[in-house]
Amino acid sequence: MARFMTLAEAMKETLSDGDSVAFEGFTHLIPHAAAHEAIRQGKTDLTLIRMTPDVIYDQMIGMGMARRLVFSYAGNPGVGLLRRLRDAVENGWPRKLEIEEHSHAAMANAYEAGASGLPMAVFRGYKGAGLAKVNPNIKSVTCPFTGEVLAAVPALRPDLGVIHAQKANRQGDVLIEGIVGVQKEVVLAAKRSVVTVEEVVEDFADVHPNACVLPRWTISAIAVVPGGAHPSYAQGYYGRDNPSYLEWDGIAADRDRFRAWMETNVLQAKPEDFADRVAMLEKRP
Amino acid sequence: MTTPSFSRDEMMTIAAARALGNDDVCFVGIGAPSAACNVARLTHAPNITLIYESGTIGTAPSVLPLSIGDGELCETAVTTVSVPEMFRYWLQGGRVTIGFLGAAQLDRFGNINTTVIGDYDTPTVRLPGGGGAPEIASSCGRIFITMKQSRRGMVETIDFVTSFGHGTGQGDRRALGLDTRGPTLLITDLAIWKSDPETGEFVVSSLHPGATRQAVVETCGWTARFADAVEDTPAPSELELTTLRDLKARTAKAHGASGGSDS
Repeated sequence: MARFMTLAEAMKETLSDGDSVAFEGFTHLIPHAAAHEAIRQGKTDLTLIRMTPDVIYDQMIGMGMARRLVFSYAGNPGVGLLRRLRDAVENGWPRKLEIEEHSHAAMANAYEAGASGLPMAVFRGYKGAGLAKVNPNIKSVTCPFTGEVLAAVPALRPDLGVIHAQKANRQGDVLIEGIVGVQKEVVLAAKRSVVTVEEVVEDFADVHPNACVLPRWTISAIAVVPGGAHPSYAQGYYGRDNPSYLEWDGIAADRDRFRAWMETNVLQAKPEDFADRVAMLEKRP
Repeated sequence: MTTPSFSRDEMMTIAAARALGNDDVCFVGIGAPSAACNVARLTHAPNITLIYESGTIGTAPSVLPLSIGDGELCETAVTTVSVPEMFRYWLQGGRVTIGFLGAAQLDRFGNINTTVIGDYDTPTVRLPGGGGAPEIASSCGRIFITMKQSRRGMVETIDFVTSFGHGTGQGDRRALGLDTRGPTLLITDLAIWKSDPETGEFVVSSLHPGATRQAVVETCGWTARFADAVEDTPAPSELELTTLRDLKARTAKAHGASGGSDS
């Protein structure tokens, strides 16, 4: 049952060294504040799972927190490559990083399989694709009805799933709007879950009956962190801070500059700082 | 009437836009494909359905998105679905007629590498990876590819097959059980290439204004083949150029930099 707590309490209670954890968000609603809290708490030996590891995973990998990365697209969207991730993969800095690489279709299906309580996902994919040759977790099954050979990957069942969402009501139900990505699937697939929200409202009486709502009993902890997705965005609250993504490319290009930036903006910062970071951004309808 | 002057980049985007029609349902890759798809929508194909892998179906952004999940894609879409639904019902379900992709490395058979330069386990350059592309390449009716010509990009052998094109030639798709057509069109900054129905190879079918056979050969890492009758790509019209430039200007203003460019 969802319990409201501070972000520091939520991460301390749900995330342990060595865990597999997915901080999800498909461009939208990326839980930056929660990832920064995990960085401040110095969690280590993590298996990081994410379809689109971008800036927060670049930061966590650069801080040496990750042992392994499971992913399907590792780029800074619209900008280029992730330089801390590259340094880890190409040079083993600050530590060696194991990778398990998939396609988006595989990851999305694997989350859905995890949420469905299935051991694996079956889909039509990886035909002729090189990943099937380098990733031993990509296998095939033959349809018992038609004989068609289909791709199979293990279900994703992270120890912890972390997402950002627009709002919770006082009972702890959570509403996700806009590009919903795999936010619902990762919470339902994970053993434990943390949701950061922009705000808490009295009730969801005005919410459309088909809206994407996670009932309170599917969530472990909720922390109210206004601006908690920045520089990602929260539809209805603030837009994507594209200049920050462009700026990250330069920060991450240099190990010393990266460390200094992390010290100032993450290690010495607090969850409350996120509200200031989005204050100047355009409010999106 | 004077012919407006234009860059090679602009010609590439406009030639790519012309390949799209009103009835197409197009899965849009970010970067150059996104610009081409939106120029098509803003000129001759107002009813084209553009799909971005973030789940936005029938989207009509006023500026080019920096990422595949920018808010405006959702705000202007007919509907926004979850990412598992996007890949299962819409892409795997066979509802997308064209997949429009870019490439870091490409071979003559339309196989694409966006994964690594060098060896997979010890790469020289670790690229972002495939994202949606491996299944876009297999599930869409046809694949269009757009990229600038260079010997680094258009190579004899790609380092990693991220997305399967025609393999080593016509027949390889069928052997894998694929009944979609695969790459049929390559639009570069110099030419339009079509895949040869016999061999699966890209063959130059049209040269852009000012582009020469020699320039095409010199900027291509494989031995370029030319169709028996190579056509001349018509120069961009005033409308096409104005539409593209306005779109780029709105995009730059919105993103606070030269947004909507690469990857």
